[in-house]
Amino acid sequence: MTDLSVRVEDKLYQNRYQVDSGKVHIKVREHDKPSGPLRALLTACPARCYELNDKGQVEITADGCIECGTCRIIGEASGDIEWNYPRGGYGISFKFG
Amino acid sequence: MIDERFDAIVVGAGMAGNAAAYTLAERGLKVLQLERGEYSGAKNVQGAILYSDMLEKIIPNFREDAPLERHLVEQRFWMMDDRSHTGMQYRSDDFNEEKPNRYTIIRTQFDKWFSQKVRDAGALVICETTVTSLVQNGEGKVIGVRTDRKDGEVHADVVVLAEGVSGLLGTRAGLRERPEADKVALASRKCHFLPSETIEARFNLKGDEGVVIEAAGTISQGMTGMGFIYTNKECISLGIGCLVSDFQETGQTPYDLIERFKMHPSVAPLIAGSEVKEYSAHLIPEGGYNAIPQLYGDGWVMVGDAAQLNNAIHREGSNLAMTSGRLAAEAIFQVKSRRDPMTAENLSLYKKMIDDSFVMKDLKKYKDMPALLHTQSKNFFLTYPQLVSKAMQDFLRVDGTPKIQKEKASLKSFVSARSWWGLAGDAVRLARAWR
Repeated sequence: MTDLSVRVEDKLYQNRYQVDSGKVHIKVREHDKPSGPLRALLTACPARCYELNDKGQVEITADGCIECGTCRIIGEASGDIEWNYPRGGYGISFKFG
Repeated sequence: MIDERFDAIVVGAGMAGNAAAYTLAERGLKVLQLERGEYSGAKNVQGAILYSDMLEKIIPNFREDAPLERHLVEQRFWMMDDRSHTGMQYRSDDFNEEKPNRYTIIRTQFDKWFSQKVRDAGALVICETTVTSLVQNGEGKVIGVRTDRKDGEVHADVVVLAEGVSGLLGTRAGLRERPEADKVALASRKCHFLPSETIEARFNLKGDEGVVIEAAGTISQGMTGMGFIYTNKECISLGIGCLVSDFQETGQTPYDLIERFKMHPSVAPLIAGSEVKEYSAHLIPEGGYNAIPQLYGDGWVMVGDAAQLNNAIHREGSNLAMTSGRLAAEAIFQVKSRRDPMTAENLSLYKKMIDDSFVMKDLKKYKDMPALLHTQSKNFFLTYPQLVSKAMQDFLRVDGTPKIQKEKASLKSFVSARSWWGLAGDAVRLARAWR
């Protein structure tokens, strides 16, 4: 389904964000090999914010985050991620919701 | 941040928060409402359908100026396999009434309207402010909130937690558990813009009439989930949601799922030539009655999605949110009027009121449904839709095969897929959960 997956960037392009540069609201715990929950985030995140780096570790780029909270449900209990809301006024601003 | 003390702080400006803040302010209480978005509605996502009755109980004349899209005259249910859908639909001219029962709305626009009503009622609404934790005294009583503003602590007699499905503040304060992955669905949705005449022609509508399509079947790839298509004035809201635990286990992606749903031969012509203007996603509480956390305590009440109040079977959430927000506010007002303190004992009035309302009665009715659909997801979302499609096609296709032979073949396909015991068991389980 690669031909479908690449379109997620296009989808996010339609959205409006106030990016809080330098302040990330979600952090991934340092690891050598990704745990089960971290691997699940690679596919479950609807904005595809989680990706593997060249060392095979899971990294997050939260700029396109649509703040659904799915990664908190999957990855917070195990301590794999640290989850906060963006600072007030930052992040996504839906026009239609 | 603010030196004043408030009667109540409402955290969040969604349906439940706005209903609570409005009702409290309307009754003369000193209310502060905090919202982390740039404006009220900036972070809110819903299909969305508005239920008139529940809003009328808060703002009776809402039709005069609320931004409503289309009143619903028709509902379609689709059971889908990869190339077909078997449908049931209900349409009635009775729904073209003076005060329609259901409307489609665009949440961001509606929430801005609702927020203005909250301000007009006298509440202080502050946006762009994230509440980071609850302030509790030595005995654990909630006495206020901490925000990400400078000197951002504010105090109040009671805090209304309308923070949404994730329930972050409640979890941090130890008032509740984090929602589990098999008790919440992740829905992603898109807004497809088309000229209103095109929407009206494609859906057989006139004027402000609207249609809702709810779809289930192989579109969720064996996961427990549902798709939806709602008509607004000039856009079609389309999306699909499945349990987070199912995404986790299957490795399916939300964006592939929605693309495949859009490409389905029954869906594609409805949105052909449209322009997509937004992609959003949101969690929906799906655990039902058994997943509802404690709803009140010393100095706090919990409302709406934060309280996991959602009727997954009827796809109703915003009406439960509005009603819980209103009832919590009415309970707070009664306690306040008696000059009683906001203790758990006194605030239990809210629980009593919500137990007596349709909210808990409906959720109780379907309490076993979420577990059934989850454990039987392959049967209900893959096997049965495929069998039904095959049987329908055999019934309609004229090819010289005697009808008796076709009927036998259809029956045999059900029995060999699920066995007599399986079929009977599924029927009994479904009937029990529905009661």
